[in-house]
Amino acid sequence: MAMLHTVNKSAFENRSLDSCIAHAKPGSSILLFEDGVVAAMEGTVISDKIKSILGDIKVYVLGPDLRARGLSTDKVIDGVTVLEDYGGFVDLVTEHDNVQAWL
Amino acid sequence: MEPWEEEEGPVKKFMYVNRKVPYGTIYALESLEVVLIAAAFDQDVTLVFIDDGVYQLMKGQDTTGIGMKNFSPTYRALEGYDIEKLYVEKESLESRGLTPDDLVVDVEVKTRSELADLMEEQDVVLSF
Amino acid sequence: MPIEVNGKVIETDEEGYLANLNDWSPEVAEAMAKEDGVELTDNHWEVINFLREYYDEYQIAPAVRVLTKAIGKKLGKDKGNSKYLYELFPYGPAKQACKYAGLPKPTGCV
Repeated sequence: MAMLHTVNKSAFENRSLDSCIAHAKPGSSILLFEDGVVAAMEGTVISDKIKSILGDIKVYVLGPDLRARGLSTDKVIDGVTVLEDYGGFVDLVTEHDNVQAWL
Repeated sequence: MEPWEEEEGPVKKFMYVNRKVPYGTIYALESLEVVLIAAAFDQDVTLVFIDDGVYQLMKGQDTTGIGMKNFSPTYRALEGYDIEKLYVEKESLESRGLTPDDLVVDVEVKTRSELADLMEEQDVVLSF
Repeated sequence: MPIEVNGKVIETDEEGYLANLNDWSPEVAEAMAKEDGVELTDNHWEVINFLREYYDEYQIAPAVRVLTKAIGKKLGKDKGNSKYLYELFPYGPAKQACKYAGLPKPTGCV
């Protein structure tokens, strides 16, 4: 069963992303949105954490939330998929069996 | 005396500490609004951006996709309000892979220990 | 209190500021001024246009002290003082001129 995990808080500030990664099984997906998008960027102290799971877990980030914060999609970690709009979020939800929101 | 002037009181040192990513929570905008309102009182104001607060100053913010107002241009108006002490923490920039070139205003980069000293010198510290 | 301009009804808040910034046009400013019994001259327009440019750049309406200083910088000292601006906008330069310019009330203005 493929599960979608969502993270909307900054990984610099709390441990939601860590808990999420610890509970996400291979084959599942993680979507970073709202303040959670900061974890998708290359060159931060969190980048390696995301890179280490990319083989097993698909990671997505919401484009509108990146752009709102002045974060360039060019600097998103290789292998992380940028969703163009909130419609992409909806599609992702329908493609998965279940959604777990790590608030 | 001009109509907007109050009687002069003692000048106190106020520091606004900004620590949150903008838009996901209301803190960044609230802080900016308080700073603008309080600017009328001619106090000694310092703004510091530490931790995720550095993201508030990112260049190129475009909020059309999230339906919220982009308030980042307002940081550039602060100079006109005589608020000129904007400090960004070096360690916070570095851990996020950012440099002062990524920011929308000219800021002074200070180390964590410099900011810790500065914080102790304040009369009032407001945290957002 | 909505105002009517060229047959179009435009929403305002209870103090007469535009509910939607995009509804602004010079005719809206004229209509608002007329309600206050003010005839807009070139000197008024200079300030109104300045405010619109300021808002466009900084996304806020300036405080009166900031407006006065900035007007002085741009239009000269004889205009960058509160006497001149209060004569043009007796209800308060920031408050009244911002209203005609279609901007929100300046932050910190009560």
